[in-house]
Amino acid sequence: MVKIEHGRLQEHPIVDFKRGKEVTIYFNGQPIKAYEGETVAAALYAAGVRVFSRSFRWHRPRGFFCAIGKCSACMMEVDGIPNVRTCKVYVRDGMQVRTQSGLPDAEKDVFSIFDDVIDRVFPHGSHYSKFTTSKKARDFMVKRMRKFTGFGNPPRAVFQGKAEVEEIETDVLVVGGGPGGMSAAINAGKYGAKVLLVDENPFLGGQLIKQTHRFFGSAKERAGTRGIRIAGILEEELNNIENIEVRKETRVFGIYNGEAGAYQRLNDDEGKLLRIRAKKIVVATGAYERTLIFENNDLPGVYGAGGVQTLMNVYGIKPGNTGLIVGSGNVGLILTYQLMQAGVNVAAIVEAMPRIGGYFVHAAKVRRLGVPIYVRHTILKAIGRKSVEGAVIAKLDDRWQPIPGTEKEIKCDFICVAVGLSPTHELLYQAGCEMKFVPELGGIVPLRSKFNETSVKGLYVAGDVAGIEEATAAIMEGRIVGIHAAVTLGYGGEEAKKELEEAVREIEEFRSGPFGERIVNGLKKCTLESEVVS
Amino acid sequence: MSLGYLERGYLEKDELPPFPSEERLKKRAVAYIECPQPIPCSPCFESCPSNAIEMKNINDPPKVDYEKCTGCMKCIRVCPGLAIFMLRLRDDGMGEVTLQYEFLPWLKKGDRVKLYNRKGEEVGEGVVNWVLPPERNDNTSLVRVEVPAELIFEVRAVKPVR
Repeated sequence: MVKIEHGRLQEHPIVDFKRGKEVTIYFNGQPIKAYEGETVAAALYAAGVRVFSRSFRWHRPRGFFCAIGKCSACMMEVDGIPNVRTCKVYVRDGMQVRTQSGLPDAEKDVFSIFDDVIDRVFPHGSHYSKFTTSKKARDFMVKRMRKFTGFGNPPRAVFQGKAEVEEIETDVLVVGGGPGGMSAAINAGKYGAKVLLVDENPFLGGQLIKQTHRFFGSAKERAGTRGIRIAGILEEELNNIENIEVRKETRVFGIYNGEAGAYQRLNDDEGKLLRIRAKKIVVATGAYERTLIFENNDLPGVYGAGGVQTLMNVYGIKPGNTGLIVGSGNVGLILTYQLMQAGVNVAAIVEAMPRIGGYFVHAAKVRRLGVPIYVRHTILKAIGRKSVEGAVIAKLDDRWQPIPGTEKEIKCDFICVAVGLSPTHELLYQAGCEMKFVPELGGIVPLRSKFNETSVKGLYVAGDVAGIEEATAAIMEGRIVGIHAAVTLGYGGEEAKKELEEAVREIEEFRSGPFGERIVNGLKKCTLESEVVS
Repeated sequence: MSLGYLERGYLEKDELPPFPSEERLKKRAVAYIECPQPIPCSPCFESCPSNAIEMKNINDPPKVDYEKCTGCMKCIRVCPGLAIFMLRLRDDGMGEVTLQYEFLPWLKKGDRVKLYNRKGEEVGEGVVNWVLPPERNDNTSLVRVEVPAELIFEVRAVKPVR
């Protein structure tokens, strides 16, 4: 644990943090102060906890990374249930939280002294062959191994509540309540389609809720308005349309021939299974953060840029005193500015490309506040034992190799990796969509029509899951998808068809500049064959 | 095409947009937009009531017609890139730069501030002589600082003197 005086921000130029009632949670038996509405991971971080787990092998300390439930680096045992992502669970008075790996806990792990011995006696994969003959020996060893590797003890708590099944019929099911999903729901709903929007979080807005900066684009897409406000504006629009139903804390786990299975959490003890029959399904599940290969990149203190935004802009918790930003895309540049707004220093921004990747204006506003931007530089390693104490950066030559002698040590206590995102595409794979790796769009994406319909009929994609772009583009895509779903179901008539054409034209114009060129090239590679004009 | 500013993160003299004439700068404040890169963004163009900002499409960098600009400050209130500065030369030999400010503590009229150029180098001290309070512009305050006349094309950031 690190000693911190002011874990939580008391004031902020943009955000007014409304903290809930003060509660006490217990971390490895120690009481920790937290506020209702905070996630367990956020509360622990504010209290100075940096080591959240130990790695499977070698017992390396691990911190959180993404803070939005996609990376699993923050798993702990919560109230007797193992493998809980602490960044997705909210604090409750009296909650018992324990790290799963290490003896006595992840912070001071005495297991690590056996690493060399264990590695020799039990080489990689040996658990498949050793101790498998007698059931007794196996049971005994499984228990030891689970403890040793940090997979947690089998659950001590047993689910006591009821799980009912509810059957739902709807015209359009939208999976994901971020900018793309909300926009799709609004645009299908406004023409009369019956819409069900589900999101796994207890709030809508997706990643908009941490975007404290003003958005780009045109006034129609609410340019000049802060992302956090856009989330509220879209939610109000949703609520004003009667035929849209919203279910929060609802996770879709599979799509089977036009039916979706989901689990809705009602409260601590109750939940229900949903069987949703939908004529059209829109998948808007967003993206997750990528990491970068460098020495010690798993050290606590090396965080995803978005993870830091969540911590700082949603929960008002300072990530540290001085940060190093890796990557000069818009996320890295905007995060730098936001860190400074929260009173956190930024030592430097490093960028491997020969030039800044994001918008020049974002770079200019941190450059004039004195933040150096090193292009053609990369991070070689993070320094520190249990958490980041510094970093070494170096200049790159024309073949992307570090130039010896150019290494420079940077003093910092956290490092933000802002090297891009990849689409959260699992649901699409499961549903049977034809997928393709398209680097311009950030990873594996579905083939789609001009209206973002995938190879599975009636299944659409909108937002980052269709290709990494940004929130404004997600809203525009959601509009196209929503209207197209409504039109093909017979809603809206001529007026809707006209708006659909207009929406397609607008996104084409939006992507007509140099920043859109990459996206347009990517889209050419994943157009459904039936649509390719030869 | 030179992409020099994308290696540095700031504009050099020869990359700046054309300066308004001294005569125009003396008449009243004028919007000076440092936004050279084609990006899909158009709130300044849409907010201008006197059609002084030219933009062929949403990706076209804005160009200001300094004669048409009335100095109404609608554009500087909405620019998400913090790239617009209102510039003015006064008759008493001083200059004024108005910029967007989003940091705590908020600045007030009469505060002394350190002045910084585009590279973040300190270039002097100035005095705040007008502010648009943050609550009147969705937490983006506008701050006008009095600076030596020769610095109006230099000063691009301020920090309070502690």
